[in-house]
Amino acid sequence: MSTGIGARVKRKEDKRFITGKGKYTDDVRSENQAYAAFVRSPHAHAKIKGIDKSAALAMEGVIDVLDGHQLTGDGIGNIICGWAITSKDGSAMNMGAWSALATEKVRYVGDAAAVVIAETQALARIAAEAVEVDYEVLPAVSNAKKALADGAPEIHDNAPGNLIYDWEIGEEAATDAALSEAAHVTEMEITNNRLSPNPMEPRSAVATYDAAEEHYTLYTTSQNPHVARLVLSAFYQVAPEHKLRVIAPDVGGGFGSKIYIYPEEITCLWASMKTNRSVKWTSDRSEAFITDAHGRDHISTAKMGFDADGRITGFKVDTIANFGAYMSLFSSAVPTYLYATLLSGQYDIQNIHCNVRAVYTNTVPVDAYRGAGRPEACYLIERMMETAAREMGKDPSELRRANFVREFPHQTPVIMAYDAGDFDANLDQAREAADVAGFPARKEEAAKRGKLRGLGYSSYIEACGIAPSAAVGSLGAGVGLWESAEVRVNPVGTIEILTGSHSHGQGHETTFAQIVAERFSIPIENVSIVHGDTDKVQFGMGTYGSRSGAVGMSAIVKAMDKVEAKVRKIAAHVLEASEDDIVIEGGEVKVKGTDKAMGWHEVGLSAYTAHNLPPDMEPGLKESAFYDPANFTFPAGAYICEVEVDPETGVTEIVRFTASDDFGTIINPMIVEGQVHGGIAQGIGQAMLEQVVYDDDGQLITGSYMDYTMPRAADLPFYDVHHASTICPNNPLGMKGCGEAGAIGSPPAVINAITDAIGSNTLAMPATPHAVWSALQAAQ
Amino acid sequence: MDMTGEYRIAAPRDAVWAALNDVDVLEVCIPGCEEIHQDSPTTMTAKVVQKIGPVKARFDGAIELLNIEAPASYTIKGEGQGGVAGFAKGSADVTLEEDGDETVLRYEARAQVGGKLARLGSRLIDATAKKVATQFFNNFQQHLNDPDPPEDG
Repeated sequence: MSTGIGARVKRKEDKRFITGKGKYTDDVRSENQAYAAFVRSPHAHAKIKGIDKSAALAMEGVIDVLDGHQLTGDGIGNIICGWAITSKDGSAMNMGAWSALATEKVRYVGDAAAVVIAETQALARIAAEAVEVDYEVLPAVSNAKKALADGAPEIHDNAPGNLIYDWEIGEEAATDAALSEAAHVTEMEITNNRLSPNPMEPRSAVATYDAAEEHYTLYTTSQNPHVARLVLSAFYQVAPEHKLRVIAPDVGGGFGSKIYIYPEEITCLWASMKTNRSVKWTSDRSEAFITDAHGRDHISTAKMGFDADGRITGFKVDTIANFGAYMSLFSSAVPTYLYATLLSGQYDIQNIHCNVRAVYTNTVPVDAYRGAGRPEACYLIERMMETAAREMGKDPSELRRANFVREFPHQTPVIMAYDAGDFDANLDQAREAADVAGFPARKEEAAKRGKLRGLGYSSYIEACGIAPSAAVGSLGAGVGLWESAEVRVNPVGTIEILTGSHSHGQGHETTFAQIVAERFSIPIENVSIVHGDTDKVQFGMGTYGSRSGAVGMSAIVKAMDKVEAKVRKIAAHVLEASEDDIVIEGGEVKVKGTDKAMGWHEVGLSAYTAHNLPPDMEPGLKESAFYDPANFTFPAGAYICEVEVDPETGVTEIVRFTASDDFGTIINPMIVEGQVHGGIAQGIGQAMLEQVVYDDDGQLITGSYMDYTMPRAADLPFYDVHHASTICPNNPLGMKGCGEAGAIGSPPAVINAITDAIGSNTLAMPATPHAVWSALQAAQ
Repeated sequence: MDMTGEYRIAAPRDAVWAALNDVDVLEVCIPGCEEIHQDSPTTMTAKVVQKIGPVKARFDGAIELLNIEAPASYTIKGEGQGGVAGFAKGSADVTLEEDGDETVLRYEARAQVGGKLARLGSRLIDATAKKVATQFFNNFQQHLNDPDPPEDG
């Protein structure tokens, strides 16, 4: 059976995962292990007047109680946002100070004021309860619109009116003119609901300081251990890079929430040095709700203008983005360069303008969550398109077709240049698979059963493979977004791939091995993937934004090119042939058209024995490469959702969900389908179930699975997943990325279907039975 | 949520007012009250155990009497720190109206919680607060109508 590109190879990593043999951060136990518990604010906004540690310090087994003044006093730097956004008036963004342990003020429920280090986790938690923080409670604000209003409580001194930046993209005057001349204008207010990421494995950190070597080791639940090391060294001054090893072992899901370097990791590293103990912290579910960065939370108004033929003439958007109490690592980029740059959707729109105000509130910091900005953009565009079609009495798929981009490359007015795609092909494939033609009959049959049946579309596009380093640098990014790889061919011919990508559910150990096994014609078992350890892997920018295929694998291909070139030289020398006649196939390196051949392992052995190498050739067979992408990649597709609503209760069932995606080259269709299934599940969760709720005092009132509804198997349909691909012209494998598409494309398809069923367009996510029932009542 | 209630008490208004200001009466009437100390004529400290949904907490609290219009009305305000469970605050505007030999007590109460109590128990806060308020005034009414009830059981 083939194990190469396109083969449905079973995941190599699953054996250890499903037999409980995965090794996660919380499984790490050091010899002198101590445990951290954080003293967290129950108030959304309060001054710290004093901290009485005496009762906690007096408890047996308590090693120390540390606070923010000690942390900053030791020179530990503030947590920063790594992407500088400039307001439209030219001013820099207003970034408030964020210390890993609060000093003067706490700014959200969960903000840590102190940490207890004790002999056991239970003791640390009990002692944390005994730490008395004297708070002077201040007025709080949790809603972004209210935070911008006059007289709102101010959260950071250097962010007047709680405004972080007021940014714009596109031509406002031209867009206004287009809208004023439009034959039809669709206007909507659209909220993108706040979500909590909830990866299966909670965050964890184990920090160990070696006083003899003045060296730190950090095990942590990270999607990007090298970025963590870089930031911990360069910005937080915990330790210089050569004195800090960061290991992200098996990680159980991230969805963006494990990109960032949080207060807990910084505090554990510093506390390890302070106490000369290994310090471990593992979040529980309750703590995760108030410490893991939340996602989305946009409030937008939008206007889309059409000419008499239904061609979009202009699109204007005004967005308020809730950032929470502090600016998390990539927070500033999410509602700007990952959002507004995608507002052209799959459509040829000449005039687009988007204004974004980023706002502090007394809530958990908000950052990238599966899709990061692109779900917000897609939801906005695709809700507008469906609504406009209804208003103009047009078929929603025909309105989309009237506006599809069909010539590539296509330069949008909002930075992005789409390189390839066939949006008609995806829509055709999805419509056929979803049997759209049979929908009226199904709707009629459902009506006989007293059910309202609806159908909704979503034609999404997103940008992956972040990103060309020079391009993102010019837009304010603090890092380059290339990737690195090393291909080590051992003397026996087995291969280790060292990659800067990080696998936390994506199946890299399988897909990365597939491209290597195919390239060098060796058994896939002979390839192993090494990742997640800064002492082993040369460098890396990590895994997020669906970049591991398009960027991470491209780096591997580049390194394999170098290995192959050397293999050809060695084989040509040993076999006395021309390099051009050397072929690698069937586990051998052969001279084309002859019976002269050497085994793959013999080439490896030759390289390391170095007894008979070409003159001037260095021994050994390992090569490394850094790959910097030439452009973003643009996965796209068409999703069709069909629902049945019970008008008596508002209970909505998704009865069909059809996807046609264009991911470019697919290495392992099984893994890709799994990614699509998971993404759509999260999208359906956002559309119908999930909602982080804060009350007006800034108290989180959805702090457990009793109140925050995660999608379960019974909530989800069987997915009908198809592919109609175009090849990405900008990377060697032609890949686009598939990790986020499902979460980006599905929410508008679901809401478009429900609003079609109930005949009312005023329905916000999540479309709970109560919300659907209320919308239905209001419409009648 | 605002909660309101009305009770008819078989005692003259002055006696009801005196009881409302009597720390020993408050101690037996506040549900879950373990101890209470009078710090000044209008301030007290107390330890109160309450279970709100899945969270059981011992609150170290301060009780304050304000807006005093003796013997017609006052506001009783409580604020408690429940350790990692968070905090709870509540207040009740209480008015007393004479009706012959009897007194009509009316209250309007409100409650607020924070921290883990809000995260885990917010759905249950209204019901719990209503229960606590009802229990307190029931106890109070019963205490005045029959100050030495037989032991339960």
